[in-house]
This record gives sequence, C-alpha cells and structure tokens, in this order.
Amino acid sequence: MRIIVLAKQVPDTRNVGANAMNPNGTINRAALPTVFNPEDLKALEMALRVKNQMPNTTVTVITMGPPRAEEIIRDARNRGADDGFVLSDARFAGSDTLATSYALAQAIRSAGDFDLVFCGRQAIDGDTAQVGPQIAEKLGLPQITYAEALESVSEQEIVIRRRLEQGVETVCAALPVLVTVTSAAPDCRYPHAHRLLRFAKTPVEVRNADDVQPDFARLGLAGSPTKVKKVDNVVLAHKDNVHLEPTEDNLNEMMKNLINEHII
Amino acid sequence: MNFYTDNESLSFYLHHPEMVEIARLREKDFAEAGLHPEAPANAEEAIEQYDSVMRLLGEITADVVAANAEEVDHEGPHIENGRVVYAKGTQQNLRTMINAGLYGMTLERKYNGLNFPRVLAVMAGETIARADVGFATIWGLQDCADTIQQFASDELKEKYLPRIYQGATCSMDLTEPDAGSDLQSVRLRATFDETANCWRLNGVKRFITNGDADLHLVLARSEEGSTDGRGLSYFIFDRADGGLTVRRIENKMGIKGSPTAELVFTNAPAYLVGERRLGLIKYVMSLMNAARLGVGSQAIGLCEAAYREAETYAASRQQFGHPINQFVAVQDLLRAMRARTDAARSLMYETARLVDRSATSKPASRIADILTPLVKLMASEFSNQNAYDCIQVHGGSGFMKEYACERLYRDARVLSIYEGTSQLQVVAAIKGIANGSYLKRIEEYDQQVAVGQLTDQQQQLLSMLRQSTESYRALYEKATANGSTDVLFEHNARALTEVLAYTIMGYLLLLDSQRDMRYVDSCDYITRHALGESAKALAMMA
Repeated sequence: MRIIVLAKQVPDTRNVGANAMNPNGTINRAALPTVFNPEDLKALEMALRVKNQMPNTTVTVITMGPPRAEEIIRDARNRGADDGFVLSDARFAGSDTLATSYALAQAIRSAGDFDLVFCGRQAIDGDTAQVGPQIAEKLGLPQITYAEALESVSEQEIVIRRRLEQGVETVCAALPVLVTVTSAAPDCRYPHAHRLLRFAKTPVEVRNADDVQPDFARLGLAGSPTKVKKVDNVVLAHKDNVHLEPTEDNLNEMMKNLINEHII
Repeated sequence: MNFYTDNESLSFYLHHPEMVEIARLREKDFAEAGLHPEAPANAEEAIEQYDSVMRLLGEITADVVAANAEEVDHEGPHIENGRVVYAKGTQQNLRTMINAGLYGMTLERKYNGLNFPRVLAVMAGETIARADVGFATIWGLQDCADTIQQFASDELKEKYLPRIYQGATCSMDLTEPDAGSDLQSVRLRATFDETANCWRLNGVKRFITNGDADLHLVLARSEEGSTDGRGLSYFIFDRADGGLTVRRIENKMGIKGSPTAELVFTNAPAYLVGERRLGLIKYVMSLMNAARLGVGSQAIGLCEAAYREAETYAASRQQFGHPINQFVAVQDLLRAMRARTDAARSLMYETARLVDRSATSKPASRIADILTPLVKLMASEFSNQNAYDCIQVHGGSGFMKEYACERLYRDARVLSIYEGTSQLQVVAAIKGIANGSYLKRIEEYDQQVAVGQLTDQQQQLLSMLRQSTESYRALYEKATANGSTDVLFEHNARALTEVLAYTIMGYLLLLDSQRDMRYVDSCDYITRHALGESAKALAMMA
C-alpha cells in the first residue's frame, strides 16, 4: 500500500511576538518560529497506524513551501515516514487555496500510484479547511473529512470515525480515498532516536513547478482568485461588566443579546 | 517545553572540550563509520547526535514525564495477582521512552544501543529526574545492562541485551532483611542444578527498587558454608522464567511511582554473571559506582527542579507591593540553590567524563573512583537542602499539597540514603583522603587554571581555593595526630570529605567560569563555603 501525507510548515501561533505582522498586514514569517501544522501531525500518525497494520506500506510526505520546509520532511521521516519531498518554487508564491490544492494535486499525480491521502483538516495559519477537499475533487477521489480515529483498514477499504458537531459517524470507503484529520485524533508519536541518527545526513528531495507539469496559469498569484483586501488587528478586550440577577427572564434576554451580537 | 533546550548548562557540558576525546574513545576512533548507518564519522558528528537525542529526550521529559509526575505520586504502583502494576502515568512514560528508541542509550550498536558515553547517561538521568525522580530510578536501572555488557558471557549478552533496548526493565537485587549497608551478610542461596544446567535461587530480598522488573541482577551466596563477601556471586534472572513472588510493596515517603518490593525467590532459575565469588567484590562494586553516579544525577535533577520552582514562585508572589524575589533574604536562598545545583553538576560531569576515559586510562579510573562518593554525597545532600529552601521560598503555600515543592521534599529524602548512605560515602572517601589522592587531584586542577586570563574576581577566587587547600592540610594534620585509624580521624572524616568536596567543586566551577562567566557567582558561593567549612571543622575539633 502507498500512502501520501500532506503537511504544512506553519508559523507557531502559540508563540507570536510583537513583530509578527508587517505594517501592510501581511505575515512577517521571518519573525515567527515554525512548527509542523498540528492537525497534519495527526494525519501523519493516522498514516503510520495504517502502515503498522498493513505490511509493505510506504508513507510519502509532501509539503509545499520555502526550502526550509524540508524540516517538515525530516521530522516526518524521524517519526516513521519513508520518504517525501518539498514542493518549492517562486512560481507558487501567493497561492490561495485553489492554487495550492491544484499544485498539490499535481504533486500527488507526479508521485505515482497511491491508495490513501491523509491531510490535516486545516492549517493554524489560514484556518480554511479547503485544501484537503479541493485536492480530493481535483484528483476525483471520495473524501472523508473530520476523521478522529482509524477503525480498520484493508487493501480494499478503510473505516473511519468522524467527529461531527452533534456526535460521531463511522463511515467506510473503498480505496483510494482522501482523509482529512481533526485535532480530536490521536497525537503523533515522537521521533525515534535511531531514525534521528540514521537520517541526519540524508538529503531531502526538492521538486519545482516544472517537475509536476502544471498549467502555469493556475499557479501562484495568477491562479488565485482570492485577494486579501485588508487585514485588521483585532484586540479583544472586555469593555464593561453587566450584573444580572439569575432569573429566567434575565437569562433569556442575555442569550438573545449574545446571539444578536454573533457571540454565540 | 523542553527540559534539555531550556537548560543551558546541559549543552555547556555536552560541548565540554573533553567531549571530543570522549566521543573518539567511545567510537573507537570512529571505526564503524560507513559500516553502520548510525555510526558517526567524527567527534563533531557524534556530539551532534548526542545533542539531537537529548533534544528528543528533553521534549518527552517535559511533555510526558513531568506532566504525569503529580498523578503518579498520588496513584503509585500496586500489586495485582502477585505482579506489580505501575501507575498509569509511569506506564505511559515507559511506553513513550521505549517507542522513541531511547532505552539502551549506552548499549553497543550490535545490541541496538545508541553507543553513547556515560556523560549522556547521566545527562538523561538528571533531565528525567528534574521531571520525576521516581521515574528516574526505573529509567536509571537500565544501567544493569552495563554490568551485563562488561562482565557476562557472550551468550548471556546476546540473550539479554537486545531486550533492554526493547524496554525490558531491570532491578539490582542486593539488599536483604539482614543485609543493607553490610552486603557481606547476604544469605539468599544459589545452588547449581545439574539437570537443568542452571542455578537455582532461594531466599528473600527486601527494599528492591523496581523489584518486579523483567530482568534482575541478583547477589546470592553460591559457596556453601562461606560467611563473607567472597562467597557471593552475581546472577541474572529473567522474570518470565518464574520462581519469583512479590510479597509486598512498601508504602514510602517519596519516589512513590517507583515500586520498592519484597521478593521471595523459590527455585528461581538463574545464570551466573562472570565468575563465581566475584559477585560482591568485583561486579557489585562496579555496578555500585555507576549507581552512585546515577543517584547523583537524580539529585541534580531534583536540585534543578527545586531551584526552578522556587525561582518561578518568587517572581510571581507579591508581598509588600513587590515580587518577593526583590527581597535580599529570598535572593540569598535562590543564589544558594543555584550555586549548589551548578557545583554538584560540574562535579558530576567531571566524574562522568573520567568514567568514560577509564576504559583506556588507569589514572582516570582511579580519579573517577575517588570522585564518585563525593558526587553521591554532595549532590544528595544539596538536593535535600534545595528542597528545603524551595519550600521556604514558598512560605505557607509550600507547606500545602498544592505545590510541587512538597513532592520534591519527600522525593529528595531517599537520595542521601539509597545506594549507600552519606555516611558510607564518607567511608568510601577515606582511602583517598589518607593516601593523598584528592590533594593530588586538586593540584592538577590548580595547574589547569589559565592564570594569565583570570579576571580580578577569578584571581581572588583562585587565591581563596589555594587557601582552602592549605586549611584542609592543617585540618588533616590535626585529625590524624593520633594516626589515620584513630577515632579522632573517624570523627572528622565527614568534615574533611566536605572541605575537599567544596574545594574541588570550587576549582571545577572556576575552570567552568573560564569558558562561561555565568558560573563565576556559583564559584564564589562554593569557594567561600569551602573556607567556611574548614574553619568550622577546625573549631569543632578544638
């Protein structure tokens, strides 16, 4: 079995400093430490669990980003992935979700046959949750979103438990299929000490736009219909306190206000 | 959080200039480079490997072991169907360490080890102990593998060593109801079973740390009719072979996550490690030195934890309109805690480096032997002092169960007891005092100081250390006025040992401060204590 995992290197939003934003509202990436997008790590873990159950399975990790995104591939390899590559090219710069999903779909096509694609539900920098489903559409694959647990897997099908707003749903899909994994899924295993030593000097493959034979008009800014008009810095602060006597009417009134103000 | 990267001292000792030579020795001139995918080609690569594995260990320790520590302390292990079941957190700690390939760090590559030197074993030990000393004891007992690696037959090595990497836990079964500090009195019987071609163990062991481990090293009387240490041999026993019952686990004051068991051996099959009769006098002594260094590493981890708890609390606790770390009385406590931690750590890494160099150097081995009891003595006593001061900084809150400092206080207490009490460490130091080995080593440190590059403060510290050495000589003369076997000498042995230890730590911190001025304040504190301790000892003797 061959599994593709899509992963993204993202700014570590838990450690955002004062100079995280440029004056023009774009992200000052140089000032931010980077991390493996948390839900992508969970996707990797799910892939590795499939690998543990299915002999002769290889896990390939693909990431799109600047050359330093190779850290993601190294990290994934140390945790148990077999190989991977960075899709890196200035011609990808400025991609929105549409252009990103196109580039990644092309990268998956260029990587050969596969049975499963795992990716995180969304990245903590964009929070769109669009890239996974868009890739599934472009590759003509069925998709299972919001996966929180791998129930079972065989050469033919996979059973996944989905975490939905109102409860859980267990679904079965024939392979190949794309799965997006949520934060409710199990944490990724740690890197393995022996793999750290073994792969320390192994280079990471970098592929550019030419390698994935794209329609260049669909890449980068040119292929991105989304335009960011303006980014505002929102500071949340409590303005005043309201003291309510705990009566039925007061509570109803408060709920109405909260709903009207789109707080809940 | 990462308990390796947030502690600059660890990287400081990992990159000590002597580590280049230690890596070369451990890697036998990098003979496996190119032949084994993990073997480094040079010292720089080896040290990078040490660093990357410590990063991983530091992350797991902070994320998992430290996070579980409080619950493990509350839950503790229990017995189920005659077997010890660890607390849930302990089980998770073990599983995570094993799955990350961290077990068997010092094993050779052919046994799936990382082939790391002793320095890294103690560094891992102190990092884990900072999170949970109880778990550090379970972790540290994998050092039993070193005894097997060093003394057992190839057949036993092939059989048991790969299992350590897979996470088989270990215990060293020495103590019995009537044989604690006095191990010559061990009675557990070992008789050879011709039919089964193995030894059979019968008897009781008590206070066995991690007593229901997978693999046991057992000290037993193999020579019928013998009564002293020369009748004892060392055996390896596999829990899976049967013949062992856990009679009870002790209800302890601290390190509650680590099960301390009473064991009954009934015809338990076992195999001889090395030669008969050398069990206590050679193998246990060798294991004991490693174990004492291991306890030193636990104590230093605890020192660090106590210092950090106190520092964090003192920065946040407001009294009289200021955080309490702005008051001199609190600053003094914190400074003392920092200095003890730095001093014991410097001594421990110096000793560990000498242990690593012992493989090819007799002199290094001799110095390691005399420094080991000082590490055990000073680090364990310091850890108790730091735990005490940590509670003091917390004031009334420190007396409540909500803060980690009360656990640290309880956990520290055993450190100056097990693997040889502080009093026995002094006994172990007496030979080096009487034959002048410590003084010779101090002279060597004195010569290592780059005198031309000292600041005024460092120059003053060097003078004080020389003065302290002279005070020690005077103290020694006075204590041995009636000869070194007289009770007067015995009475003063501890004071002599401590003055030596303070002086040696002072020199080591002075040398450290020549690489990084961060250590100069701790050097100042410890050096002044060296002088103070010798003056006190002289006064007490009069």
